Amino acid sequence: MPQPLVEVSAVSKTYTIKADGAKPRGTLKALNNVSFTMDKPERIALIGPSGSGKSTLLRSIGGLLIDDASSGDIKVMGQAIQSKGRLAGNVRQARMNLGMIAQQFNLVGRLSLFTNAALGHLGKVNGLRGFFGLWSKDEKMAVMRALDHVGVASKANQRANTLSGGQQQRGAIARAIVQDAKVILADEPVASLDPVTARKVMELLVKVNTEDKVGVIVTLHQVDYAKRYCDRILALKDGVIVYDGPAGGLSGDKLKDIYGEEIEDAYWEGAVS
Amino acid sequence: MSKTAASDISHLAPPTTSFMSRLITYGGWAVLIFVLAISFKAVEMDNLPKLFTNSANTQTLLKEYMHPDFSDWRNYVDKMWLTIQIAIWGTVASVIMAVPFSLLCASNIAPQWIVQIARRLMDILRSVNELVLATLFLVAVGPGALAGVLALSLHNAGVLAKLFSEAVEAIDKAPVEGVRATGGNRLHEIVWGVFPQVAPLWTSFALYRFESSARSATVLGLIGAGGIGAVLFDNLQSFDYANTSAIAIIIIIAVTGIDFLSQAIRKHLL
Repeated sequence: MPQPLVEVSAVSKTYTIKADGAKPRGTLKALNNVSFTMDKPERIALIGPSGSGKSTLLRSIGGLLIDDASSGDIKVMGQAIQSKGRLAGNVRQARMNLGMIAQQFNLVGRLSLFTNAALGHLGKVNGLRGFFGLWSKDEKMAVMRALDHVGVASKANQRANTLSGGQQQRGAIARAIVQDAKVILADEPVASLDPVTARKVMELLVKVNTEDKVGVIVTLHQVDYAKRYCDRILALKDGVIVYDGPAGGLSGDKLKDIYGEEIEDAYWEGAVS
Repeated sequence: MSKTAASDISHLAPPTTSFMSRLITYGGWAVLIFVLAISFKAVEMDNLPKLFTNSANTQTLLKEYMHPDFSDWRNYVDKMWLTIQIAIWGTVASVIMAVPFSLLCASNIAPQWIVQIARRLMDILRSVNELVLATLFLVAVGPGALAGVLALSLHNAGVLAKLFSEAVEAIDKAPVEGVRATGGNRLHEIVWGVFPQVAPLWTSFALYRFESSARSATVLGLIGAGGIGAVLFDNLQSFDYANTSAIAIIIIIAVTGIDFLSQAIRKHLL
């Protein structure tokens, strides 16, 4: 049986909330015993109300957040990212299989789009080459190929912070392609984009998934995007998975259960049905 | 009558300042006035009228200053250039020291116990004046430019490490996470995630300290650390105000030029 791309087993995450005025110091359970597996390169949408734990789950998978000590394991391509609240010793190695893109693109604004995408090589080159950015000709061509693949090769020399949101998001996806990531973790990648650009970015994620066989886990606030562009939906509510199934199987009643009755008012075209 | 005037606002009250808050404000002013009053005699403010009653002496001095003697200008320009070189070396050496120390002083980069040690070390360097440091180095390496360079570099390292670390603490952590997510190590995160973000501010701070160093290097020359200050000191000692005036003019032109150049570069960077 082939190795699962992502395995999340019994993950919990509790945040400590600082005392604020009359409110005493407290805790917030952002994830509560969450488990799921991505066996093949599919497109999984993580949906749920704000504060339901979507971003926390994504950042836990990327090893950017440390889970509770009572948690189980998170593995990517069989390599541990973290286990029982401790980052794995070889987390850098495991992260190389993960490409991360975020709402605010996470590019280094003052560097060119080319250099930003080339940083995808960092995990594979030795320390000094990575330190000075001494990429080989093949590595440079791989960067240009990736930028071309996502349609921004002509912007390679431009500073990232001079580009539009959509172009920057494409650059972030190109970096994941350069990295040769097996799974892309996208945290609200279209939240700050206009509808047309958002659609193009989602279509690009579909293209990377179908053509390059890269698994995609994407957090979304737009349920209609989740249904249209993803195969599978994981819905979170108060840190617990309340739906895990095909996108087509997410009923209106289930959505009302997740978001509340007002979800109907949020849609004009009968998306909730 | 407007709608707002018609509504009943009797239950509302405009914001007031508490008695304690007013006490602190007025008390602060009272303390300042009291300190100024008791130190009036100590700083000899009562001698201020002498500025006008002794004006004959001042006029004589000013007259000599009005006739600068530029006959030895090549020597002055040479020495001014040496002073600028002291400032350049002092600033560059301080930047080289400040970069690693600023990372150790930044609470978002280094562990807290290292941050505390590094910050206290930089506090010490910053609090010791260049003149004091120069007197130490004059003993260690003898009179001359090197003592000036060492004094400037140590003092400025303390200043720049603080300014640099504050810039590091204010960075956007998202690009750093972006680099981390590619599988890059801690050093990669700093080189590719932190440095590009702080580079314009760091350069601006370094240029600002270069301006300041050019002025300080002149003063360091007065105590034997080389450059134009030494020549200025000699001429002042021999009451040669015409030469002193020429040297002062050269210093003003050079320092103003450096300020303008540095400001232009900083404006371009930010």
